[in-house]
Amino acid sequence: MTTIKAQMPGVFYRRPAPEKPVYVDDGEEISQGQTIALIEVMKTFNEVKADESGTVAEFLVEDGDEVDVGQDIVRLGEV
Amino acid sequence: MRRVLVANRGEIAVRIIRAAHAAGLETVAVYSDADAQGRWVQLADTAVHIGKSAAAKSYLNSAALVEAAVSTGADAVHPGYGFLSERPGAAKEFADAGLTFVGPAVSTIEMMGDKAAARDAAKRAGVPVVPGSGAVGDVDEALAAAEDVGYPVLVKAAAGGGGRGIRPVASRDELAEVLPAAQAEARSAFSDDTVYLERAIDGARHIEVQILADHAGNVVHTFERDCSVQRRRQKLIEEAPAPGLAAETRASINDAAVRLARQVGYVGAGTVEFLLTPSGEFFFIEMNTRIQVEHPISEAITGVDLVSEQLRIAAGEPVSFSQDEVQIRGAAVELRINAEDPDNRFQPTPGDLSRLDLPGGPGVRVDTGFVAGDRISPFYDSMIAKLICSGPDRDTAFARGRQALAELRVEGVPTTVSMHRRLLDEPDLRAGAVHTKWLEELLPDST
Repeated sequence: MTTIKAQMPGVFYRRPAPEKPVYVDDGEEISQGQTIALIEVMKTFNEVKADESGTVAEFLVEDGDEVDVGQDIVRLGEV
Repeated sequence: MRRVLVANRGEIAVRIIRAAHAAGLETVAVYSDADAQGRWVQLADTAVHIGKSAAAKSYLNSAALVEAAVSTGADAVHPGYGFLSERPGAAKEFADAGLTFVGPAVSTIEMMGDKAAARDAAKRAGVPVVPGSGAVGDVDEALAAAEDVGYPVLVKAAAGGGGRGIRPVASRDELAEVLPAAQAEARSAFSDDTVYLERAIDGARHIEVQILADHAGNVVHTFERDCSVQRRRQKLIEEAPAPGLAAETRASINDAAVRLARQVGYVGAGTVEFLLTPSGEFFFIEMNTRIQVEHPISEAITGVDLVSEQLRIAAGEPVSFSQDEVQIRGAAVELRINAEDPDNRFQPTPGDLSRLDLPGGPGVRVDTGFVAGDRISPFYDSMIAKLICSGPDRDTAFARGRQALAELRVEGVPTTVSMHRRLLDEPDLRAGAVHTKWLEELLPDST
């Protein structure tokens, strides 16, 4: 199973701002380097970028959840 | 008032618990998943778990806090700073549940949280505000308005905020050129092309005045603080009193803060923030309707316990002293020790605090919510401790600050300690010749 992992601990967000749409939807194709989420660490926001291309099979973390370093965030399917 | 719920975490929760216990009040602490071992949890009489680590699911969850207060029989809530402290909706929920909110009235929090309303209140109180115009529709209107405001001006998008949608303009010709572009930009960025003008103020200091007001209508100040050493609007070093302030300026700025508090019928502790220009003019920026991080330097120079006064006022008692009884004795400086890496653009650095040796001695106070072995969690702000160093004069306060930094040992996470060591010896800071952009100019690679 290919996944994208959290590079830092913090609070996970799927949207750039609460009133904005999600960065990517389930089933959407993404390319390497694309921003797919944010992780908030001590009030600073860090972009989570896809480390490879693929299709978003499933988000493994809910918007607003806590994540740890190395935790799987997204499961990728084949393009 | 018998039992106070402390709706906060970290050093300010510890600070409030100390003041409450000294006043003979019982305390209830609250904590999230990440904070079960928090120092404040141990110091309080009772503690209640209120939710997950993310602030939105714990310290910002007003319903959980109301429930914690009601279930423990608390009759008052102290919000500290940040979190729910300036949210009128939360203050109302506490009041509706029959709890005394340690802070001003809901309507006051609301008014001071609304930039335009706060500015109007300041004008009514005869407190100077940054010269500005109403909305300007076209170039002719803008040019006419700019004559009154005075160059250099900033063209600001009415719907902007947080530093976005602002263009500096130095002259008539430039304004004529910039205005249509600024309007177009505002339309595309904020879906609203309304712009207005404000005087651009260069080299200004951030001066703020601490006030206390009670239900009987007594309003006093405990003088001013200079918080000009900032990085991206985050204060790093604060001083009281403001160094090198002319006696006249000090008197009029402190008096202006008291006038504003009176004008709005303020009750509680509050801070009125001003910009002070190099020519000695000052302008109201905003009022913070809560206790502030840097309150201890005012305590150090006046001997007033501000948190204890907050509790007294909330209980319906008068402020414990009159204006004549409070004087500036000596000087104090606060150094914020943050889990941030000054060598890496001040990136926050959560991690395990493997060692925390704190300084001490005369004129050295340390406010912290941590002990060695604690985890600096990624969920909250990066402050580890505040060093408050004071003495009979400014040189002594700084010398004690330098010694305190030498004694302080923090291991496990990078901190701002090394930056403070350097800054305390900077000639500009020693001379009191700094302004709000000074630190960013000194450390150009840091932002």
